[in-house]
Amino acid sequence: MPWSTWIGYSPIDATLVLIGVWLLLGVAGLIAPRNTRFVAHVIFPLGALVCLAMLVNAVIGIAAPVEARVMLLGLPDLPFHARQDALASVFLALLGGGSFGISLFAAGYFRDGPGAAPGLLGFQYHVFLASMAAVLLADDAYAFMVAWEAMALASYFLVVTQHKVPAIRRAGFLYLLIAHLGALGILLSFGVLQGGSWQFTFEAMRAASHPAPWASAAFFLALLGFGAKAGLLPLHVWLPEAHPAAPSPVSALLSGVMLKMAVYGTLRVALDLISEPLWWWGLVTLALGLATALFGVVFAAVQTDMKRLLAYSSIENLGIAFSGVGLTLMFRGFGLDALAAIALLATLYHCLNHACYKSLLFLATGSVLHATGERNLGKLGGLIRYMPWVAGLALVGTLAIAGLPPLNGFVGEWLLLQVFLFTASVPQPFIDMLVPLGAALLALITALSAYVMVKFYGVIFLGRPREPALAAARDAGWLERLGLGWFALACVLLGVLPVFVLRLLELVSVQLLDATLGDRLESWWLLSPISAERASYGPIVFLLGLAGVVVVTTLVVRHYYHAGVRRGPAWDCGFGRLDSRMQDTAEGFGQPIRRIFAPFFVITRTVPAPLDTAPVYAVQIDDPFWGWLFRPIGRTVQGIANLVARLQRGRISTYLLYSFLTLLGLLVLVL
Amino acid sequence: MIVAATNQLFELVLALLAAPLLLGWVNKCRAWLQNRSAPSIWLPYRNFHKLFHKDALLADNASLLFRTAPYIVFSSMVVAAAIIPSVGTALPSAFVADAIALVGLFATARVFIALAAMDIGTAFGTLGARREMMIGFLAEPALLMVIFTASLISSSTSLVAISDAFVSRELAIYPSLAFAAVAFLLVLLAENARIPVDNPATHLELTMIHEAMLLEYSARHLALMEWAAALKLFNYAAIGIALFVPWGIARGDVGYVELLTGAPILAVKLMIFGTGIALIETLSAKLRIFRAPEFLATAFLFAVLGMLVHLLLGS
Amino acid sequence: MLSATLTFQLVNLSAAVLLLLAFAMLAQRRTVALVDLFTAQGVALSISTLVVALNTGQDHMYYSAALTFALKVCALPWILRRLIRRLDVQWEAESRLNTTATMIIGLLVVIFAFGLAEPISALATTITRGTLGIALAIVLLSFLMMITRRKAISQVIGFLAMENGLFFAASSATYGMPMLIEFGIALDVLVAVFVLGVFFFQIREQFDSLDLQHLESLREK
Repeated sequence: MPWSTWIGYSPIDATLVLIGVWLLLGVAGLIAPRNTRFVAHVIFPLGALVCLAMLVNAVIGIAAPVEARVMLLGLPDLPFHARQDALASVFLALLGGGSFGISLFAAGYFRDGPGAAPGLLGFQYHVFLASMAAVLLADDAYAFMVAWEAMALASYFLVVTQHKVPAIRRAGFLYLLIAHLGALGILLSFGVLQGGSWQFTFEAMRAASHPAPWASAAFFLALLGFGAKAGLLPLHVWLPEAHPAAPSPVSALLSGVMLKMAVYGTLRVALDLISEPLWWWGLVTLALGLATALFGVVFAAVQTDMKRLLAYSSIENLGIAFSGVGLTLMFRGFGLDALAAIALLATLYHCLNHACYKSLLFLATGSVLHATGERNLGKLGGLIRYMPWVAGLALVGTLAIAGLPPLNGFVGEWLLLQVFLFTASVPQPFIDMLVPLGAALLALITALSAYVMVKFYGVIFLGRPREPALAAARDAGWLERLGLGWFALACVLLGVLPVFVLRLLELVSVQLLDATLGDRLESWWLLSPISAERASYGPIVFLLGLAGVVVVTTLVVRHYYHAGVRRGPAWDCGFGRLDSRMQDTAEGFGQPIRRIFAPFFVITRTVPAPLDTAPVYAVQIDDPFWGWLFRPIGRTVQGIANLVARLQRGRISTYLLYSFLTLLGLLVLVL
Repeated sequence: MIVAATNQLFELVLALLAAPLLLGWVNKCRAWLQNRSAPSIWLPYRNFHKLFHKDALLADNASLLFRTAPYIVFSSMVVAAAIIPSVGTALPSAFVADAIALVGLFATARVFIALAAMDIGTAFGTLGARREMMIGFLAEPALLMVIFTASLISSSTSLVAISDAFVSRELAIYPSLAFAAVAFLLVLLAENARIPVDNPATHLELTMIHEAMLLEYSARHLALMEWAAALKLFNYAAIGIALFVPWGIARGDVGYVELLTGAPILAVKLMIFGTGIALIETLSAKLRIFRAPEFLATAFLFAVLGMLVHLLLGS
Repeated sequence: MLSATLTFQLVNLSAAVLLLLAFAMLAQRRTVALVDLFTAQGVALSISTLVVALNTGQDHMYYSAALTFALKVCALPWILRRLIRRLDVQWEAESRLNTTATMIIGLLVVIFAFGLAEPISALATTITRGTLGIALAIVLLSFLMMITRRKAISQVIGFLAMENGLFFAASSATYGMPMLIEFGIALDVLVAVFVLGVFFFQIREQFDSLDLQHLESLREK
């Protein structure tokens, strides 16, 4: 852009400046840490403005040429390198757009209460945002790891905001544990990727040659590390604990933005640092992604806590994103670059979609929590009457996440299904028959997520209030509505104007895969990424057609048949005396899933005896991975620790003996 | 171009007007097979006329969602009818939505009916919503595999292009399409609330799925919902005809004469289809609700077998 | 003489029907229905052999088709039905896994068989070489049926269905086996059914039931 060179503007410099402003805002919040009004009405809105600037800058950066900078910070012989290319810019745009809505909401959300002081919360929040942006810009292993760990630490402190509650502390500990495990995997992966040159910049890693076994080792270490952050099986156990424990804007930030950093990392390692991925990596990633998605959605269907339900739904969506990554790698490994490009676009689109609708839903649960004080689905219901704004905007989010046209969830799913259709032409005997079944699994997962979202929305907002106290619920404030509305608008726009977004995303596939969709993104209103005869989808015409028919039907019916509307008690087949306990509960809605997918769960039932005067029926559903994987590992570690503890006798003479023996051994070795 | 627009309008009006007739025909065949005296074939029309003129009685806690859901559901079915080729394949609206978007339209209708059923908060509504969503998530993979098989053979996911490709093939036996057709039939029975998955004429709590969600609707809202259900059956029948017995559908840019001759052929096919549905309903018993997953797993199996046989045998 | 394309289509159709019947046997619950499905398989097999015979005009294929019809559609089902009647078998043929899991495993087995057969069928010289994969799939599915069943009669029918698959592979991919081998196999199958029938009577006398779980008590303690 000519004016940018004139005033010396380049996207990467602007990003670095914005990161600095976030850090400054965070520190500024520490001036008056207990002053909620200052933090909520000054710091967070200013932070939101910075987020908006980040979004605009990142969108400009997608089309801008790739630039790199070397910073003055860092180690003496390895200063921080920063680089902004199209892939980083896409995720920066996701970060900016997502955090804008969340910051607006948070400005209206945070109130006085137990837990960390608001100023401290603001500091942690903005450090979190800054560290995520730093992860996206990092161009060497050291900067990446510093930013990654800063991200993990800042989010840990945000998760344990209400640190007086023991369950929340435990959730935070589990989160930190698995985050560190993942960081270890990423570090090892970088260690393998430097390929003998002992240069840890990404430039050196791109130039290094990776023979096949080392490349596979690097990829799978990276998959382990980034999968731990994304919540892939089996390292997903922290997600359902940490996301509900955090305050709602933080949950939205974790689910909507932070989990995508893992997708970014995997794409960076597999497509950029390792230039030629092998096709079977893609197959493993695809299988892992689909398994994770099915697991997540099945567990989401049986939850009774609204935030845990959304957390499991995040596991599902990240599974779908990783299966898109797997398809990309598979096609790239077979040399079918054009198909790999479409798969990459589908993955990136799904990441954008998830950021929009998951943030919207988590923020809506935040409003519900503030208005009612309840997280348990068994104590909610009928809130559409008392909180119409939140209910309306949450409906947009629900329809989007269920994958219904013409909203954004459907576009991502449509693209992914189109890509799956091409897997039947892959030149490998078993793969061309097995992978199309993945399309059926994806359809099952999407339909199950529609089931889960109908449960979520129906139990919270529809029906009758299950507790009389719910009548006191008040709708969200104007700042909160702004935040929710931003995401709802994004859902609609991403749904009806996909071609514009795809034109931007295509630049990523040009840089990473050297493949473009060319003139297939010509028309702005018709999406036909493969060819017009093959498949096409025109969301604007679709929406206008649907809306038009609705309007015409309403007008015709009102014109010709103007009978009145009367109100009365519900018919209910004439049973009369209807109360709120007679409608379906969250547990009831999960019962078909419990029966059909029984092998997935570990179910503990408490059934009352026949002659019990106060019968209690309780069902507890646990994650089987605790029993299969984590408890055995925990027991083994405990056992080893007990063995080692035998060395601690408690007597000083024994310890002196150890030192003496070590000294003898060293003397023998050295002399 | 004008022919295409006429075709589009003609198919839309035909679907709207003929859907209740199809429903009446199915009920008539069922009555004959069950040795009862049959209701008139025009009974659904008279029903709608009566319902539209009544006062609507809404529950006192019915929200805006409840009142607008019938319009949205009806419109989804109308838009679906606009993109399914029933008389001719020259549909200008077909490039706006392909077969996957069609499945998405059906999903939209299902979600809105389920949400509206949960709105009043009765036991029947929420139970029906839960069961309907369950049938939905089991049937969608099977339906998608049927579309997959069809699109592998014709290398397109646009329903019009698939139908075009199949019409142009000479008359031959294609086992993969036979499997896909059986799978589609099973999915049709499940999605349209027919025996053996659901009984469209029952109001017993243990056996209702679709009917349970409509209990709180009355007057014009009920009429729109019932019309939408009839349209759904018509749409599914039209999809099946377009995919598996497409001979007689006018291809591409043809004149008005071909379009007019297409309508009686469609009528004959729909009559046979209606008789077949009535026969299946009379001969089968309704399944227990948790046998429905097995039923739909069978449908999925048939569809996948069709795809595999096509990949192996090339036919 | 049938045209090549018509032969191709009819053999493919029989192949698809045989595969379908093999799956139906895998999922079927009732024992008498299993025998019906086996009879239907025999009919499809005879038709397929007849079509190949009409196409190639070889005499021994005609004899083969006649033999298949006599044995698999008339004799064996009659023997099996008599056996079921005299053993007084219950309706339900219990299976170890639930139906959906069995069908999904069957699907994976079919994919495995198809994938395996692709390079092999490229070597064959007949027009219907694509059916080799289907024949292999039928053999494996029948084997799977034998594994997942508990009643002894179902396992016999699985064994017979396996032989059906092998015969189909022979008749479609290589245009039949030498008559001697075919007679030999037919005799083996007949003898096996007789011997197994005798065994079943012994088992029923010993345990008063044909559930093979009782045989598990015969082991070293």
